Amino acid sequence: MKRAAWQALSFLAGDVQADRTVPPTGFTARLTLFTAAAMALLTVFALALSLATGRLAARWGEELAQTSTLRISAPAEQLAAQTAAALDVLRTTPGIARARALTEEEEQALLTPWFGPDLPLDALPIPQLIEIEEEGDGYDATGLRARLQAEVPGAVLDDHTRWREPLVAAAGRLRALGALAILLIGASTAAMITLAAQSALSANAQVIRVLRLVGARDAYITRAFVRRFTLRALTGAAAGTLAGGVLLALLPGAARGTDSFLTGIGLAGADWLWLLPIPPLAAAVAFAATRMAARRMLERQS
Amino acid sequence: MIELRDVAYSYGGGELFSGLSLSLAPGSFHFLTGPSGAGKTTLLKLCYGDLVPTSGAVALWGEDTTGMARDGLALNRRRIGVVHQDCQFLDHLPLTDNVALPLTVAGRHQEAEAYLPDLLAWVGLTRHAKRRPPELSGGERQRAALARAVIMSPEVIIADEPTGNVDWDMSQRLLALLVELNRMGKAVLIATHDMNLIRSAKAQVAVRTLRLKDRQLIAAGAEL
Ligand SMILES: Nc1ncnc2c1ncn2[C@@H]1O[C@H](COP(=O)(O)OP(=O)(O)O)[C@@H](O)[C@H]1O
Ligand SMILES: [Mg+2]
Repeated sequence: MKRAAWQALSFLAGDVQADRTVPPTGFTARLTLFTAAAMALLTVFALALSLATGRLAARWGEELAQTSTLRISAPAEQLAAQTAAALDVLRTTPGIARARALTEEEEQALLTPWFGPDLPLDALPIPQLIEIEEEGDGYDATGLRARLQAEVPGAVLDDHTRWREPLVAAAGRLRALGALAILLIGASTAAMITLAAQSALSANAQVIRVLRLVGARDAYITRAFVRRFTLRALTGAAAGTLAGGVLLALLPGAARGTDSFLTGIGLAGADWLWLLPIPPLAAAVAFAATRMAARRMLERQS
Repeated sequence: MIELRDVAYSYGGGELFSGLSLSLAPGSFHFLTGPSGAGKTTLLKLCYGDLVPTSGAVALWGEDTTGMARDGLALNRRRIGVVHQDCQFLDHLPLTDNVALPLTVAGRHQEAEAYLPDLLAWVGLTRHAKRRPPELSGGERQRAALARAVIMSPEVIIADEPTGNVDWDMSQRLLALLVELNRMGKAVLIATHDMNLIRSAKAQVAVRTLRLKDRQLIAAGAEL
């Protein structure tokens, strides 16, 4: 590992004299720099999207999985009896930590945002709500429903999974899309750099011929090109990553960590570390792409 | 060191020459003459592995050039100094870097400083050291090419019409350099039209003159 790092460093530091044997290639240099910068910027956003959706999926899953609600609708004179029966059932159900009937004040508080404070709760057939807190892996919803149907006909169990599952699944899919985007960005970067390297190699066919005539080995010729493209990709990607990071930091609301999905696309704390590998990875992609292009070219020329 | 056995070559049309054999031993000095288009340059390219024969075999230090790996060929080329007819320089580099190029690609650039001043003085290019090849005359480029060909102190020196564009005095100077290297045991092979050059060489060293004509390589007669 240490040796590999040292080799990478001395490769990047290079040999000034060897470097000059290949003339500067303005166009492909700019193309590589620009591509690497743009792709790094896109990677930063794809990464932020992936991390944010991953975070949301985890939070939703956790919060929603822990609580559910039992709603009892019954004629006013049976409501208290059914509530007591339901609480009995819940208390004896494995996987339920606590079950508690909401008080009238609490129900009023829940409804106030929708109907205003002057709601005459007594006059309306408001269902009784029971808050269930789960423990461990939760309870068996199907079994509980069957028992409730037999003993408390007016009870409806709302275990949130009905709408939780698609949300968590959607977040998971978004996250996968982010990962796919990063892969595609990597592949496009490799393709663009391959094209730029091929163009530089053909523009320098005569230089390569001269180098071979005076006894240059494949590795020497390959290194002269590979080093350049690797350095350019590293520089471009570093600039792109920095720009992407700054833009993310400037996104409104990101720092406040609010719940909304859109304001949640930021990076927080250790997430920023994810940006560090982007420039070296871009350099590695450029290294591999250029080396392959150079080897193919030498193979064809001989 | 370089051995051609029963070699034929064709660029796709008819055979340029066939049944050709030649051996370059240490200390040998060969001239190769023949009409333009006879295949002198082609024959030299076979000698340094730029081309492989269509039949027969070319061996560099015992190893066949046909099917030789590129890296192996590169190592063999470091033992052969070549003055190409079209010089083959890197036009973006100054003369000093071009002359030192064989050392540079061999990872020995630091040795260049020891040889460059004398070498450039010998071929009369000290004043032009910082110029790039396109800024030089044809004769100046040929002199620089000769300097590059000998900087690695190669065992074999192959030159394709090295005095084509230089005046008499300079051609005598270049010849003197080649003769001196030959006396040190290097093999020399020169393709040339210049009969005067061959005559002056004969006055200094033992020379074999070969003539490429009518698809054959023959020892040149007494007319020289
Ligand atoms: N790359 C090539 N492709 C096809 N024909 C070639 C090529 N190079 C040389 N020739 C032909 O081969 C013949 C010999 O060329 P060359 O070896 O350069 O002769 P010389 O050096 O004796 O003048 C010429 O007729 C030339 O046109
Ligand atoms: Mg010729």
